[in-house]
Amino acid sequence: MPDLAILIPSVLNGLTTGALYALVALGLTLIYGVLHIINFAHGALLMIGLYAVYFLNVQFGVDPYVSLLIVPPLMFALGYALQRGIITRAGHGRDENILLVTLGLSIVIENLSLFVFKSDTRVIDTPYSFEVVEILGAFLPLPKVIAFVGAFVTAGILWVLMSRTDLGKAIRALAKERKGAKLVGINTEHVYAMSFGLGIACLGVAACLLLPSYYVSPQVGHGFVLIAFTIVVLGGMGSFVGALIGGLIIGVVEALGGLFLGESLGQIGIFVIFILVLIFRPTGLLGHKV
Amino acid sequence: MTDDKKSAGIVRRDFLKTTGAAALGLGVTGFPAVLRAQPASVKVGLIHPVSGFIAFSGNQCREGALMAIADINAAGGIKSMGGAQLEAMLGDSQGKPDIGAAEVAKMTEAGVNSIVAGYASSISLATSQEAAKTNTPHVVDVGVSDKIVTRGLPNTFRFGPGYGKIAEFAVDNLDTINKAAGSPAKTAMIIHEESLFGTGTANLLSQKLPEKGIEVIEVIKHANPTRDFTNIVLQIKAKKPDLIIPANYYNEYVLLARTMRQQRVEAKGIYSVLGGAASNYKFVKEFPEAAEYIMDCNHWFNPKSDVALQRKAAAEAKGLVYTYEVFLAYNAVLGLADAFERAGSTDKDAVNEALSTSTMDMSYMPYGPTKMEGGQNQGAQPVNTQVLNGDIEVIFPKEFASADAVFPMK
Repeated sequence: MPDLAILIPSVLNGLTTGALYALVALGLTLIYGVLHIINFAHGALLMIGLYAVYFLNVQFGVDPYVSLLIVPPLMFALGYALQRGIITRAGHGRDENILLVTLGLSIVIENLSLFVFKSDTRVIDTPYSFEVVEILGAFLPLPKVIAFVGAFVTAGILWVLMSRTDLGKAIRALAKERKGAKLVGINTEHVYAMSFGLGIACLGVAACLLLPSYYVSPQVGHGFVLIAFTIVVLGGMGSFVGALIGGLIIGVVEALGGLFLGESLGQIGIFVIFILVLIFRPTGLLGHKV
Repeated sequence: MTDDKKSAGIVRRDFLKTTGAAALGLGVTGFPAVLRAQPASVKVGLIHPVSGFIAFSGNQCREGALMAIADINAAGGIKSMGGAQLEAMLGDSQGKPDIGAAEVAKMTEAGVNSIVAGYASSISLATSQEAAKTNTPHVVDVGVSDKIVTRGLPNTFRFGPGYGKIAEFAVDNLDTINKAAGSPAKTAMIIHEESLFGTGTANLLSQKLPEKGIEVIEVIKHANPTRDFTNIVLQIKAKKPDLIIPANYYNEYVLLARTMRQQRVEAKGIYSVLGGAASNYKFVKEFPEAAEYIMDCNHWFNPKSDVALQRKAAAEAKGLVYTYEVFLAYNAVLGLADAFERAGSTDKDAVNEALSTSTMDMSYMPYGPTKMEGGQNQGAQPVNTQVLNGDIEVIFPKEFASADAVFPMK
């Protein structure tokens, strides 16, 4: 049994890692939880965001946090275009079609990246990449602490957007009753695309906050997709607060799993949680049927 | 197709008469040698992980091998074959054994005469196995697993040391260093990467260290790539070992060393065995604070050899960091070229035979006389290095040492 001197830092490290997971899951909960689009391309699109941040930094010297002003809007535009140009057209409104389209998209994006960027893992080196913040005797990497705060801010913005704006109301209306939303004059295609765009913009935010402490490679999204789905299911579909709490829980479970079971078995806990939630609380911690 | 049509227009006998007379004329009149029939080139397949998680090392290997090929060609090629030039065929294993093996198969189809591969042990195992199917001479440049040369493959050779010898050497020298300091190190933790090289090295060290009175209190395996070592480093902090022994590739080594510094780990020494970065000028230059005092048991050149220093200078003039990948791949090509020279042909059996009887002078390495047994050069050995004042110094064996060991770390 590890002593507190290691347990507390491990839990805190898990919380910061969990915040990174939550950032990825926030976009997914909007797309998957609200619009019921099973977006298998989520990981591949995160990878695109990470490459954008990487090249902005390496080619133009743009700090990843300054990229927050550039990459999320670009990712929003990409998401909007993908939804209107490909997913809607190829999906014909059928869930199984949409699932296959996003799966196909992910394969195309990953293989194109593999061709263009090779399978190298790339990192950026910023002056603060290895800075630490001391909290409760634990040395936490500064980029992860920033990502932790960033996850809360992003969740807050999304919550305000969904509950206080016309777009948010339209999205929620669409999620509850598609035909009804159409009948009251909501441009459903536009709102679908806006939602998808917002979800992908979240990935842009995640990419900017992730890269200072992480890497990018064509396969980087794989590790995040399953975890993000787990978080969405754990937190409750469509719940931003749920995604945040879910992400933090998963981060801590992973950290403690690594500590008690070893690095190779550490991730088992995440998928045990996934299965248990599906069996005993399919609506998730904060979810409700929509 | 066009060529076929053209040649059909020439009567074969006339063609032979004309060219035969012309050739005879040239020979008699003593035309410069350059216009004589050029000997066929000798194709050397270079298969390295030039992309993927160990791309840095793979590219270093490729550069080292290409430098050797350029140097050999500039010096007149393979003289016993009329000055045949070495021709590189390049392959990328992407860090994956199956892709490495597929590259060998492709090159064999394309008529390769020999292979130099594959940096990582797991890749070298696969490439040599594939090359063995056609008995194609295969020289392993870096891969340290002893399995590479204990499978009885008649085509597989290694001029550098394997991890059995390296682990033995590392433990013996650690014992010497520790005893000289009054035996302050009594416990150790091994952090290793998950593939054949890391796991094999860790197993050997776990067996040998207790014999020297150093208890291995934990062995932690990690994946490639790993981008967060916090958990592992927290475990190191909790266990407080006297020695931390990493055995991993460059990226992970750098991250581990930096995370240890970030988490303010205190140990009496960091003693790597085949540490991917500890004997790497890039690491020392980019992260001098994290690198200082780290000891390593690794491949190295003879710092007292003028030839080695000239090669180092030549590599650095090309903008290369002179890492072990560069000079081991360079040596592998030299060893191969020497075999072609003595075989006097590209006949696979003859080249394999020449490799198996190689006695090449490698005094630019800290090796004993070259003697192949089962494909392994018995003269090969590693050295101990330590990062001191921002430079890499050899601390053992004494005959090659450029500085004294500093242990425990300050």
